[in-house]
Amino acid sequence: MNTNPLVRGYEVVIGFETHAQLSTASKIFSGAATAFGAAPNTQACAVDLALPGTLPVLNRGAVERAIRFGLAVGATVAPVSIFARKHYFYPDLPKGYQISQYEIPVVQGGRVDFLLDGQARSVRLVRAHLEEDAGKSLHEDFHGLTGIDLNRAGTPLLEIVTEPELRSSAEAVEYAKTLHALVVWLGICDGNMQEGSFRCDANVSVRRPGAPLGTRREIKNLNSFRFLQQAIDYEVQWQIDRLEDGLAIEQATVLFDPASGQTRAMRSKEEAHDYRYFPDPDLPPLVIAPDWIARERAALPELPQAMAERLQRDDGLPAHDAAMMTQGRGFAAYYEAARDAARAAGAPPKAVANWMMGEVSKRLNAQALAIEDCPVPAATLAVLLARVHDGTISNNAARQVFDALWAGEGLEVDALIDAKGLRQMRDAGALEAIVDEVLAKNAKSVDEFRAGKDKAFNALVGQVMKATQGKANPAQAAELLRRRLSQGG
Amino acid sequence: MALSPEDVSRIAELARLDLSADEQRAMHAQLVGFFRIVEQMCAVETRGVEPLYTPLAAAHAAALRLRDDVVSEPDQREACQRSAPRVEDGLYLVPKVIE
Amino acid sequence: MSDAQARGIAAASTPAAPHELGVADASRLLAAGRLSSVELTQALLARIDAHTDLGAFLAVDAAQALAAARAADARRAAGQATPLTGVPVAHKDIFVTRALPSTAGSRMLEGYASPFDATVVARLGEGEEGGAPGAGMVALGKLNCDEFAMGSGNENSAFGPARNPWDRDRVPGGSSGGSAAAVAAGLVPAATATDTGGSIRQPAGFTGTTGIKPTYGVCSRHGMIAFASSLDQAGVIARSAEDCALVLGAMSGFDARDSTSAERPPQDFHAQMLAPRAGAPAGKPLAGLRIGLPREFFPAALAADVGDALRAALAELERLGATLVDVGLPRTELAIPVYYIIAPAEASSNLSRFDGVRYGHRSTRDGDLRDMVSRSRAEGFGAEVRRRIMIGTYVLSHGYYDAYFVQALKLRRLIADDFRACFARCDLLAGPVAPSVAWRLGEQADDPVKAYLADIFTLPASLAGLPGMSVPAGFGAHGMPVGLQLIGDYFAEATLLHAAHALQQATDFHRRRPA
Repeated sequence: MNTNPLVRGYEVVIGFETHAQLSTASKIFSGAATAFGAAPNTQACAVDLALPGTLPVLNRGAVERAIRFGLAVGATVAPVSIFARKHYFYPDLPKGYQISQYEIPVVQGGRVDFLLDGQARSVRLVRAHLEEDAGKSLHEDFHGLTGIDLNRAGTPLLEIVTEPELRSSAEAVEYAKTLHALVVWLGICDGNMQEGSFRCDANVSVRRPGAPLGTRREIKNLNSFRFLQQAIDYEVQWQIDRLEDGLAIEQATVLFDPASGQTRAMRSKEEAHDYRYFPDPDLPPLVIAPDWIARERAALPELPQAMAERLQRDDGLPAHDAAMMTQGRGFAAYYEAARDAARAAGAPPKAVANWMMGEVSKRLNAQALAIEDCPVPAATLAVLLARVHDGTISNNAARQVFDALWAGEGLEVDALIDAKGLRQMRDAGALEAIVDEVLAKNAKSVDEFRAGKDKAFNALVGQVMKATQGKANPAQAAELLRRRLSQGG
Repeated sequence: MALSPEDVSRIAELARLDLSADEQRAMHAQLVGFFRIVEQMCAVETRGVEPLYTPLAAAHAAALRLRDDVVSEPDQREACQRSAPRVEDGLYLVPKVIE
Repeated sequence: MSDAQARGIAAASTPAAPHELGVADASRLLAAGRLSSVELTQALLARIDAHTDLGAFLAVDAAQALAAARAADARRAAGQATPLTGVPVAHKDIFVTRALPSTAGSRMLEGYASPFDATVVARLGEGEEGGAPGAGMVALGKLNCDEFAMGSGNENSAFGPARNPWDRDRVPGGSSGGSAAAVAAGLVPAATATDTGGSIRQPAGFTGTTGIKPTYGVCSRHGMIAFASSLDQAGVIARSAEDCALVLGAMSGFDARDSTSAERPPQDFHAQMLAPRAGAPAGKPLAGLRIGLPREFFPAALAADVGDALRAALAELERLGATLVDVGLPRTELAIPVYYIIAPAEASSNLSRFDGVRYGHRSTRDGDLRDMVSRSRAEGFGAEVRRRIMIGTYVLSHGYYDAYFVQALKLRRLIADDFRACFARCDLLAGPVAPSVAWRLGEQADDPVKAYLADIFTLPASLAGLPGMSVPAGFGAHGMPVGLQLIGDYFAEATLLHAAHALQQATDFHRRRPA
């Protein structure tokens, strides 16, 4: 099967390299803090600065996180992996080499599954390896000089590399979002893209279907999903334009400029690199014993994929709803709490999912709130949904109550319903009276109905609802009208 | 593998050593002499031999020792920058970097 | 020999001139209250001033040393002294120190102020921050060495050569030339040193001092300015095996800040050295000890004077009860190219951090970032260092890695295997430290690469990470000292020290002093 959309007759080939900053308290090879935003070089200790005589000592927390990731994507966690030195000169790389993993990474293989327009997709991973981050070069002018801040130097990174199996910017974005959700779900990365905790490099090339792989260009440091899509789309068009003009694509590292929406090759990376990798003699092989892997496996939370399947199976949610409910651990926890309470009160899980995807998400997004900050407790939402379900209030009324709950006018659903007089009319006798009154007043509509105009019937229902100020149960009102109209013909 | 003068300038670039033409000439002669000593080594058959990266591996099976994830290094900026060629507002200053 | 013993006893009982005191002698006198650390320190500081022509010291801080001496005397008065408290020591300038600049003998690090002390320095001195109290030795200053420990004559120091006290026109050996010269000249009873390819054993041999390079991993490399990480190992140069044992015991041991530090309990090398061999009769302290003589260490080309001195020393070891065994180290010659591929490769990487950005020399010439880095490195590094950076960069570069670097590492494994085979048949190995006695300054200048060949006998043990010693074995041409090299199995420092001590109880070469 080939669901790969062609662009102007070209197939798009995308591979990903993602740098996930691991959520450790201290650096990967030193005891300096990793907290973001400290004053320049106040979190760069002697080891991070590569002062003469300093040596690296590996942080167990970084390895634990790498193991958890490996288990979560069904990869092999290498029993022995090797740290290597990658050499290049750059002022924000203190040692003149980056300690990384080259020939034998800690995580090997694995795959990430995700949905694209409701379609199940999956991309295989080549590897995920541990390495240290570099510092930052600050280009705002210091009388024509560049300032170097090494607070970030030595921050632990997990570089996650895919096979070149993604076939569109949309698929690339879905993969990236799923990976992002996974590392946050696992608690190994805070996922803060603005602060650079989750950075994507996309290797993009195009080719005629069936042709060998084209030359790729690497778009570096994409730190938002929107830019990611824009950058890839622009790059694809740029490459196709060149090929159509009979020009060749040269391998290059490019940067995306959000302002212009364009990609441009980096000048400083022009020279061909010769990284001179070799095993770091300061760091013996990293040995991970089976019992350590077993401990991490036992500590692993239920994964979003597995949970989504469970919600489809046990709660009868559609795949899309289940995926939405498992978009994050907080969201999933809220759903399960609301679902249990709703069940107890007699409302179905689907109603919970609908409300969370609709009313709840709408308001959270509008105020840029996380589900953890939702002003309406899960149990309260459950009560509200139960009232809709048992016909106490209409959906419209429920929305008004929810607004009140959100605004903090109260936490007692029933009290708010009464205060706002939203309880639906239950007294059949009173409703019958109103129905008769409406029929009498609207003889014209009655005739039209009898003449076969269904619209007229809806108009009559509307009249009844109006006469009851919306407190009638529409279904009940229609039922009564139909009975009356069929009588006395 | 005969070492050419071009190799010498390429390696000097890679190693970030600003060597004059004369220095490169002298360096070339010395490196050629050096690699003559090395040739005997390249000829030895070593198929299947495991490289020995650290003597620890010969003494006993070497495994990396791990550190607990605790912050142990307070701010030492002042002491660490005592020998810095040029700093301002805590930043190391260098000639402009172009990306 | 009876006359040698007589001297042995004398040194311990009658107070000799302060500068003639070894570590053990000084320790006994300090303990007996017959000498104060301040007296001893003052005497040695004066002697250092009088011998600046040796070029042994790069930095001396008299005030700091005297303050430490006073503190040591107070500590002793308070009954909290270790055997080394108050005994002077000096450090090779490859160890970083807070008190004095740390230069590694390089223009690149001229005046560099380290914010921390090397573990070895801290343990011999006041102790590590938040750790156990140190030995309380009094640090007199920093000692000259070849730039970044690259050299075997101390002629590659950016701050001028160190000279051999036995003949000032000759080198003291290297790279720990300042350590060896200072100890031989009686400027300090013991000095720290480092050995990457022979830099402790060879200068000890050239100056008639005693040096020990322990097993790789016994001394922490934290605070040692790196040359070749998989080879560098700290040790001691002193005037006897006993003095080496005392100092090594205090400076060695596991350090969590060095991932290659061996995880073993602290060792009392002095007690281990003094413990008699099981079943060894009096007068035959080495009975049952098998000493292997690698054929390749006694080539026909070995200088006659060196050969004669060695044979005499070996005969003495036999008299003491040791058995000499014929063994082979067939890849001895290969050790030269193997070492000179691996060490420069690691050095080119370790020295990449010197870019003029955060510390060290920065070129004052205008230019862009790239010029700044390339000029700073070209100006800051000396010729030998630049040469090794070039070699190392080349053998690690694309297309040459497997042919050179990996091939060298495979041969390194085979060399280690050869030693393993030897130690199946003997307890120690013995041979020369160097093919000749110390050469004249400048003698090797014409062909720096040829000088590499002189390291042939010290390189194999370094590549395998084995412990080695140089013990004075007599004198050769021009009355220059000749060293006997002893090599032990992994972590067999005690066996080495015990044998060397036995030899020194029976001979007095280690007590001879230059005029």
